[in-house]
Amino acid sequence: MIKNKILEKSIWALWLGLLALPFMGKKAGILAIAILLVILLLPLLNGLIARFGISVSRLNFLSSSANWLKTNKKMALLILFSFAAILPLFMNRYFVDVAVLCGIYIVLALGLNVIVGLTGLLALGYIAFYAVGAYCYALLWTHYHINFWLALPIGTALAGVFGVLLGSPVLRLRGDYLAIVTLGFGEITRIVLNNWDELTRGPNGILGIARPSIGDFIIKQPIHYYYLILAFVVLTIFITTRLEHSRIGRAWVAIREDEVAAAACGVNVTLMKLLAFATGAAFAGLGGVFFAGKMIFVSPESFTFMESVMVLCMVVLGGMGSIPGVILGAIALIILPEALRQFQFYRLLMFGGAMALMMIIRPQGLIPSQRRKMELEEENG
Amino acid sequence: MFLQQLINGLTVGSVYALIAIGYTMVYGILEFINFAHGEIYMLGAYLGIIAIGLLTAMGLGNSSAFLLLAFAFIFAMVFCAFYGVTIERLAYRPLRRAPRLAPLLSALGVSIFLQNFVMVTQGTRNKVFPQLFAQNGFDLGNAKITYIQIMILVTSILLMVGLTLFVNKTKMGKAMRATSQDQKMAYLVGIDVNRVISVTFLIGSALGAAAGVMVALYYGLVNFHIGYTAGLKAFTAAVLGGIGNIPGAMLGGIILGLVESLGAGYLSSEYKDAYAFIILVLLLIFRPQGILGERLKERS
Repeated sequence: MIKNKILEKSIWALWLGLLALPFMGKKAGILAIAILLVILLLPLLNGLIARFGISVSRLNFLSSSANWLKTNKKMALLILFSFAAILPLFMNRYFVDVAVLCGIYIVLALGLNVIVGLTGLLALGYIAFYAVGAYCYALLWTHYHINFWLALPIGTALAGVFGVLLGSPVLRLRGDYLAIVTLGFGEITRIVLNNWDELTRGPNGILGIARPSIGDFIIKQPIHYYYLILAFVVLTIFITTRLEHSRIGRAWVAIREDEVAAAACGVNVTLMKLLAFATGAAFAGLGGVFFAGKMIFVSPESFTFMESVMVLCMVVLGGMGSIPGVILGAIALIILPEALRQFQFYRLLMFGGAMALMMIIRPQGLIPSQRRKMELEEENG
Repeated sequence: MFLQQLINGLTVGSVYALIAIGYTMVYGILEFINFAHGEIYMLGAYLGIIAIGLLTAMGLGNSSAFLLLAFAFIFAMVFCAFYGVTIERLAYRPLRRAPRLAPLLSALGVSIFLQNFVMVTQGTRNKVFPQLFAQNGFDLGNAKITYIQIMILVTSILLMVGLTLFVNKTKMGKAMRATSQDQKMAYLVGIDVNRVISVTFLIGSALGAAAGVMVALYYGLVNFHIGYTAGLKAFTAAVLGGIGNIPGAMLGGIILGLVESLGAGYLSSEYKDAYAFIILVLLLIFRPQGILGERLKERS
């Protein structure tokens, strides 16, 4: 029995090595051996860890800490917030910069979480809304000298309007069709930004955007940006949490679970879906305006499909529909590649693999959402 | 000008059609968009180059161009067929009963993985496909059709005829049609559904690989990210014809190729890549069942 299993695994490793052969040459042999070792040792490792009460495939301590957060919510939030507030005082500029990046992506991922995680609409062109926000501020500044604080609500609202415009025709479509159409919209946005030279200066991008300022105080140090984005992150967390537990949030979840049943219970499905799109898009717009104010330069290169995928990965890896999960996902996916600089080349390779693997092993994400968890267990059991 | 754009459009369109068949076949049976299919096409293009490189290294580089090309085709198609089946087995089969988002995200992951696998192993620079045939061809008034274009058209037509025969005349084809109509019922009457699905991936991937080799031959250059755009366009073609419908995918591919080439010629070539997406968006809004398709079932 065990011998058969080892044989089967060896055949698998050999087969994968064979597939890699034309691309890797002799190294494919090493790959095959590596795969074999991994799949042979994985059950052993898993058993070993299971003995100590933690299983690799079920990181229970994460969900139990999430539970602790649930019961001592205010306390935990206070600790986390003060930690985040004093953190940059102990870090050098580089780390603060990375933290600012984390902040931007947390806002983006939480926005996408409203669309994908709560409402269950798979949107793949999400980064287009981010581009709308960024370009909105860039153009308003270069043409009309409208400052950051005024551009902030305009960019946010404009992205929200784009969300509705994009959403209204496509919301009749379900699942994978919606995914493809939003992907198409994202691509169209990028192609337009790239080719509409008179307005966007094409691939050269727009230079010389003003940094945000409060009175005479110009925000230019990474640490200043850190506190600004921290405020945005707190705002985003506050709004999305409140929304999730509101009537609207419950309607979203109901649509995700069963659209027909939700409609039958009196949920205005189209309106709610549009609202989800607008909300998610608005957060992306907010992030976009901030991004333009931080980089003081925007170009279509920042808004590729891979960026959409990155944000989606954060939501999926963290746990769809779970706010702490999504935040963790965003932080992990920004910090890990920074920490593993020498593996930069392999970064996306690992992402892709991890995404597929995650779907098979732990579809609920690192910190599963409580509601979602119930639903998944019911479906599997 | 018109004739020339027509010829170019037909050539590109037949390539799209071949890739679109892979999407449509998988969708017809599993009702799921195989995002990784575009990467199979990209792998096919690379494998074609690798195959010819292999022959050259073995000292057979001077044999007839047709032989070299035939070997490239077979090599790429066989390997890609294996890739397709393996991907299905590892990344999609465990998720067949999972919520609908799961296989889609898994496919997206596989697609990113394959793209970067090729980038890491083959480098980021363009690969050059050796020039096997002279660039000349027949003059047709003020237009010209090259030998390569003729070959692409002939090969695609042969492959599509072969596929149609296979689906309509063989026992396996019958099993495939049955499975796409009702998977559970097919299983109950004794059809090995898993095998049918494997064969579907096998054939779809082999056709995608053939398309890859042809494009590599046509443009002479390949890169690790060609699969993404081509995959999307082919998917558009599949939807255009009515997804799940094999003749529809062929028709959709040809139409898309023509629109792109005529649009680039007469409207603006800068927005060439946007045409496909605009068609896709309009189509899904106004006629989601496509040209030849039936009314789509709403499935959650």
